[in-house]
Amino acid sequence: MVGGDVPAPSGIEIRGLTVSYGRKQVLRDLALSIPRNEIFGIIGPANSGKTTLLKCINRTIEITAGASWRGTIEIEGQDIRRVRSVHDLRRRIGMVFPLPVGLPISIYDNVAYAPRRAGIRRRAELDEIVERSLRQAALWDEVKDRLKTLGTKLSGGQQQRLTIARALSHSPEILCLDEFSIAIDPVTTMRIEDVLLQLRANMTIILVTNLVQQARRLASRTAFINAGELIEEGDTEAMFSDHPAKPMTYDYIHGIFG
Amino acid sequence: MNAGGAGALFTATRFTRKKLLTQRIAAGVFALMAILILIPLLLILGHLVSRAWPALSWGLIADLPRDGMRAGGLWPAVVGTLYLVVFSRLISTPIGVLAGIYLNEFARDNWFTRIVNLAVVNLAGVPSIVHALFGVGAFVLFAGLGKSILAASLTLAIMTLPVLIASTKEALASVPQAFREACWNVGASKWQTIWTIVLPNSVSGILTGVILEVCRAAGETAPIMFTGVVFYRSGGGTGLFLYGPLDQCMALSYHLRTISTQVPHVPESLLYGTAVVLVGFVFVFNSAAIALRVYMRSRKKW
Repeated sequence: MVGGDVPAPSGIEIRGLTVSYGRKQVLRDLALSIPRNEIFGIIGPANSGKTTLLKCINRTIEITAGASWRGTIEIEGQDIRRVRSVHDLRRRIGMVFPLPVGLPISIYDNVAYAPRRAGIRRRAELDEIVERSLRQAALWDEVKDRLKTLGTKLSGGQQQRLTIARALSHSPEILCLDEFSIAIDPVTTMRIEDVLLQLRANMTIILVTNLVQQARRLASRTAFINAGELIEEGDTEAMFSDHPAKPMTYDYIHGIFG
Repeated sequence: MNAGGAGALFTATRFTRKKLLTQRIAAGVFALMAILILIPLLLILGHLVSRAWPALSWGLIADLPRDGMRAGGLWPAVVGTLYLVVFSRLISTPIGVLAGIYLNEFARDNWFTRIVNLAVVNLAGVPSIVHALFGVGAFVLFAGLGKSILAASLTLAIMTLPVLIASTKEALASVPQAFREACWNVGASKWQTIWTIVLPNSVSGILTGVILEVCRAAGETAPIMFTGVVFYRSGGGTGLFLYGPLDQCMALSYHLRTISTQVPHVPESLLYGTAVVLVGFVFVFNSAAIALRVYMRSRKKW
């Protein structure tokens, strides 16, 4: 455990994180320090282990077939392997993966799903959570008159925002967004980005994105991961400058990678 | 842009025409096969009903047999089959469905799970007569149940378990994994996920398996003939309460076999009538299965 002599713990502290699927290593000895109440960008080419990193943070890596991991991840100084209940851990973290998943229940039930599983039963409270989450995901205006429609009947982009609303429904301390804007039009994306900048006051946001400019717009710090290894991590502006610490970073950001 | 050029874009090339022809031939062959399977079914049903016609009446179901099985009705056999079906389903449905849920949703992929899955598959291939012998050894003799409805039901239950487990697993596996992951990501436990998302979307498939096995339990002869079913037994009670669980009973499938092969001078119409009642019994359950499935499908959500 971290003693009292250490300065206030940062949001998320990752040390020596190594993940393998079978024999294939997808993350190698990764160390990252993600400050709280900031948007932290993660960029890197496909298959470099970005999604796997997120799966470690909420420990869904443990139910991924064939995956094994070692290393430590601490959230607010607490080792996530030692939490009493993994479900409580996951409730502290909102996860949005690139493939939108509307659960085969109504829009309302989709958003109320997590709070209900956590034991919230009062209708008024649920109503409030549903409206707040859908507003934050920029979906409320489109669905407020048909909350009873099936979540699976929404379009891809709407389901993606439904997934974001679901991730926000349990008021997480940490929000992990993996390519959240992939199916969302540019205008709505901007609206959600504005919301993210507001949410930063209450939560730590990890933003995995292929749109490097999105990282530049939102993130205060950014990490560049390639082939399972951390290449560079630092202040976003420095990384996007003409002289980042590693030439590879410059090449990737400017699309002359390879 | 000139119109001629645009038109040429949409004329069929040799390749396209060939592609369409292949598709037509394939569709034709498949449709022919689908029609072919109807022919024997209709022939069998038509043949049965026409031969049985003189004997068909409500009395055929509701009366007791008379004159050494050569006249009268089939009531004890109908009730016996009903008892066997109900008891065996009460035993094997919970075991099979719960085991299927465990194997598909909870079990880790290790040597133990693999052995269980292998056992399930192999058990499904065991002939029913072998199940009958197992039933005699385990239930009639070892458990001391004697030849009884209970012993026969247990044997039927064991026989139908593998298919029940397999169909339950199949139904669960058809629910997309992404749904489960979405639930786990917001902190739902495995059980909450199964109860709220997986089961509501697989229950129609599970029920289909359950009811198909009802038909199998009603139709099988071998597993019950050594474990609880006899040639004639009208039972001590009346109406639907003809037998007690430790009584021996009659059953339609076995009855049909005996009057066709062991009893001389049974009128032909009565033989065919018995077959019609057995097929009708199965048909009633199948219709229930189809109705239930249509109802559940209409509520399926994606």
